[in-house]
Amino acid sequence: MTPTQRAFAMVASTATLLVILELVRRRKLKEEYSWLWILTTVGMVVLSFWYGLIERLSALIGAVTPTTTLFIFALLFLLAIAIHVTTVISRLTQQLRRLTQEVAILGAELQVGRAPLDDPPRAEGGTPRRPSASPKDSPDPAP
Amino acid sequence: MESSSQPRSAGPAPRAQHPSLLVIMPAFNEARRIREVVGAVRGQVDADLLVVDDGSHDATAAEARAAGAIVASHPANLGYGAAVQTGYRYALRHGYEAVLQLDADGQHDPASIPGLLTALADADVVVGSRFLDRGSYRPPLARRLGMALFGAVASALAGQRITDPTSGFQAISRAALGFYAHERYPVDFPDADVLAMVARSGLRLAEVPVRMLASPDGKSMHSGLLKPLYYIFRMTLALALVPLRRESR
Repeated sequence: MTPTQRAFAMVASTATLLVILELVRRRKLKEEYSWLWILTTVGMVVLSFWYGLIERLSALIGAVTPTTTLFIFALLFLLAIAIHVTTVISRLTQQLRRLTQEVAILGAELQVGRAPLDDPPRAEGGTPRRPSASPKDSPDPAP
Repeated sequence: MESSSQPRSAGPAPRAQHPSLLVIMPAFNEARRIREVVGAVRGQVDADLLVVDDGSHDATAAEARAAGAIVASHPANLGYGAAVQTGYRYALRHGYEAVLQLDADGQHDPASIPGLLTALADADVVVGSRFLDRGSYRPPLARRLGMALFGAVASALAGQRITDPTSGFQAISRAALGFYAHERYPVDFPDADVLAMVARSGLRLAEVPVRMLASPDGKSMHSGLLKPLYYIFRMTLALALVPLRRESR
């Protein structure tokens, strides 16, 4: 690894870490989603500054040059982040579905003027409730 | 019953009374037809009717309300599975004992409703099968082959014969509603995999013949070039996962 390459790696990784920290500080990036980024960038900083470690790592994974090692690890970290992001999106989709359905149900309840039999909206699959004789309950002022 | 707000124009037609039944009709951009279809369903069965408007861009919700239906409107389009699930959740919240679901585009002949409801006495999920009915419309060959293939896999997983895995014409008992209202229920294509899960979870699954017609303007949620490919991938994955997951009721 040439001195230029090393210098570039150091500057790039440090700058990335600073950008991430600044985004978290300004609350543009939520703490709960920043941990993987911070882990990644700290890892890159350590690797670019600690030449002995990167040489040992290269020998371990059979890479010919330390530059390759740096690239491979950067790639693996990015892969991890991408997977993490898709799991987050999946969770958001789930929550959004719930919310959309809840809004729709509330709208329907408003139309027919009746409150749910029980309060908890997460009642599905629970204990079977006694059916009302007629589903049309008088709009009761109970909680 | 909410139908009190609707003019009883149906005349003296013999309509079965089902006070604890909720009819669910998922609808997406069906403003032109929904009124007629709701009317036809009401002519068959006297029950509360919920139209789930899945983020339509047209006047589907207003038309359905005008036809006397209860309307639950998604603020955004979520997909067919999410729409029917909104109906299941509504049914559970209001103590309905059973659900009948059919499409809002008029493909599902309301005359087949009594058969589905009768079969519900001995089953938790009753699927209306177009292939058990002689007069039903037959989908194009390619789609029929796909349905037969996925149906065969689902049948093997379920341990019983499933002839029409993609049918959205169903009657569902309260016991199965809890199963359907769960997060496991897919938002996009709830068909072969769901039926396999239902049977494996110990719920009783049955099929009865129903009459299905061709969609009046030939559109299907499975048309296009990439959509069928995605469907094949999606359903293969979902079916492969069925035996790998343990679903609790």
